[in-house]
Amino acid sequence: MAEYTIKVRRFQPESGEGPYWEQFNVDLDPSLSVLDGLLQAKDNEDGSLAVRCSCRAAICGSCGMKVNGQSTLGCKTQIGEAQEQADKMVGATGVSAAVADSPIRGEGADLGSAGNPIVIEPMGNMPVIKDLITDMESTHWTKIRRVTPWLLPHGEPPEREYIVDPESMIDITQSMACIQCGACVSSCLSMEADPGFIGPAALAKAYRFVGDPRDAETQERLHDLAEDPHGIYDCTHCFSCIDACPKGVAPMDQIMRLRRRAGEEGIEDPNSGHDHEIAFVKIIEKKGTLDESLLLQESFAPGVKGKLKPNRRAIREMIGSIPIAIRGIKTGKMRSLHKLIPGVHPKLPDQDDVKAIFKHAEEHNEEFNLYIKGEEGELAEEDVEKGIERSAEPAGQEADSGQ
Amino acid sequence: MASEKIKVAYWPGCVSRGFTPELHGSMALVAQKLGIELVELDRANCCGAGVIAEHNQELADTLNARTFALAQQTGLSMMNICSTCQGAQSECQQRLDADSAYRAHVNEALSGQGLSYEKGEEGGWTNKNFLWLLVEDYGLDRLKEQVVRPLSGLRVGPFYGCYIVRPKERLGYNHYPDRDIYLEKVIEALGGQIVEYDGARKCCGFPVITMSRETSLRQAGTHVGDAIDAGADCLVTPCPLCHLNLDMQQPEAAKVVNRDLGLAVLHLPQLVGLALGADPKELGMAKHIASTRWVEERLTSGVAA
Repeated sequence: MAEYTIKVRRFQPESGEGPYWEQFNVDLDPSLSVLDGLLQAKDNEDGSLAVRCSCRAAICGSCGMKVNGQSTLGCKTQIGEAQEQADKMVGATGVSAAVADSPIRGEGADLGSAGNPIVIEPMGNMPVIKDLITDMESTHWTKIRRVTPWLLPHGEPPEREYIVDPESMIDITQSMACIQCGACVSSCLSMEADPGFIGPAALAKAYRFVGDPRDAETQERLHDLAEDPHGIYDCTHCFSCIDACPKGVAPMDQIMRLRRRAGEEGIEDPNSGHDHEIAFVKIIEKKGTLDESLLLQESFAPGVKGKLKPNRRAIREMIGSIPIAIRGIKTGKMRSLHKLIPGVHPKLPDQDDVKAIFKHAEEHNEEFNLYIKGEEGELAEEDVEKGIERSAEPAGQEADSGQ
Repeated sequence: MASEKIKVAYWPGCVSRGFTPELHGSMALVAQKLGIELVELDRANCCGAGVIAEHNQELADTLNARTFALAQQTGLSMMNICSTCQGAQSECQQRLDADSAYRAHVNEALSGQGLSYEKGEEGGWTNKNFLWLLVEDYGLDRLKEQVVRPLSGLRVGPFYGCYIVRPKERLGYNHYPDRDIYLEKVIEALGGQIVEYDGARKCCGFPVITMSRETSLRQAGTHVGDAIDAGADCLVTPCPLCHLNLDMQQPEAAKVVNRDLGLAVLHLPQLVGLALGADPKELGMAKHIASTRWVEERLTSGVAA
């Protein structure tokens, strides 16, 4: 047993007052969870402390919360580890994760314990209903429904079940592992800047159907997600959802798969997402390193030197970037020609070698999914000696029933 | 350890030789002052910055395997100066290291060039950002000994860049759990004052600047604004792409968040260089968009005090 101070961000709308921090001292084994700590405080000190939970085993997805600023499940975070993290951050930065300037209540503040308080907050990017309970309807469930999260097969349904090759379902097992806890939504840095962003949970769910061989509206789904200004090209690639997800779904990786699939389908989106990707790839094929001026020009107005047919948005964006270029010229940042004029950037000395790599990769275009294949050496040595091959089963959770 | 000479295969990346030339220059200067020998990989290619992996994962893995193989040819571990290079390359390296059959398949594409990427043994060949190298290999005590102009009185906000802090399991946090507090450690070692603010480990917004400009600039503007409100004199970043959004785009970001900004953003080698006594001009600070004059004034008054 060990003593911990948990510092909880609380809010009761009926009180008419703003949110505040309350500290509780709890006493439990370090291997127990942050949720166990909260429930102890609720049992012993304040029965009104509101937290949503059910299975306590990272299956039901009810207890999404922020622990020391990190979005996670309360039941999957050991309180001993949370204490180490709190001590580390306070030691390095001099402040705890509780930067929000709210009053502190509660006896825990005076009692004190060995370490720094473990900071517990409701999930981010969602309205708070009470204490740690958030309203998941507005930013989670609405967005899940937004991506049409059910199968859209064409033709008469078969007499019995749809029969598919098991191999063809492996690709979507990772996105199927989602338990709808909302931790990724809570952590999403794009949604923080643009609340309209469809978001990591819903887009991972979208891939679950885009990748499903039984679905017949893949094209329509991809068009929809690529053309929406708050769709797949609004993800800022920050990896927050990957670290937040308790089930290894890696929502950002699923968003990148959606982009890849949209690209393969040749979908030209009005956000210049596809144009940006193609421009980047072509420049590296031609030059080996990045020509930033050419990337800007080609992202907005592809083929401008040849065909000259940039769209209206492209023209607006190009004009918008003129002040940036002028400032750059003034400070000397872009004074040399090869930085300023698209296409003048020098080639790598052995660019033919780089081109050969493009040729090889385009022929194969293999995707190596670690979630599915796992790492070599994860098998026990005796299995390797016996010649047991790694199975094609997913290394993570078992697949759900495809809901 | 203290007198051990460090020599690395150096991958400067694209942007340090493009839109942020001051990074490349300041790194060369600081390496010389610290006694770190850089063997530049001038034939290596772009890391793909996550964009090539989004297009064709095998292509990104092969391009980076080529860079790793070029580094391994020198017999040295590799150093980069860009969080995005670190993240994109670590991602490819993780896949290459996971499976010998996949590695052999990728190496097949390099065989015509006489190159091959070999998985390093535990503690063997590594690819580290300058920030990691500085703390883990050079050492903070040794760095402190080199400081001739402590950054006393300078209030510095760290800005990491997503690719160097997440995902934790890919970026070696199991071996080096403190990698997300190294900037604070370096600021402290140089005698500066740490400014903690909300955005230190958040996203600068750069990856969507061409696709979702408002989302992008709102991120940059919010973090710069938060740092100013927390009392920062400047930010420091180990990522030139973050620098583009936080510095070059700062006047545009100010319009989106509708407030005055004007906060200097330093590259990590520039901050180190200042403490080692280098002149702001030789560190290329005049090339920044957000003026660095205030930082220079703080430093001179700090020395006088």
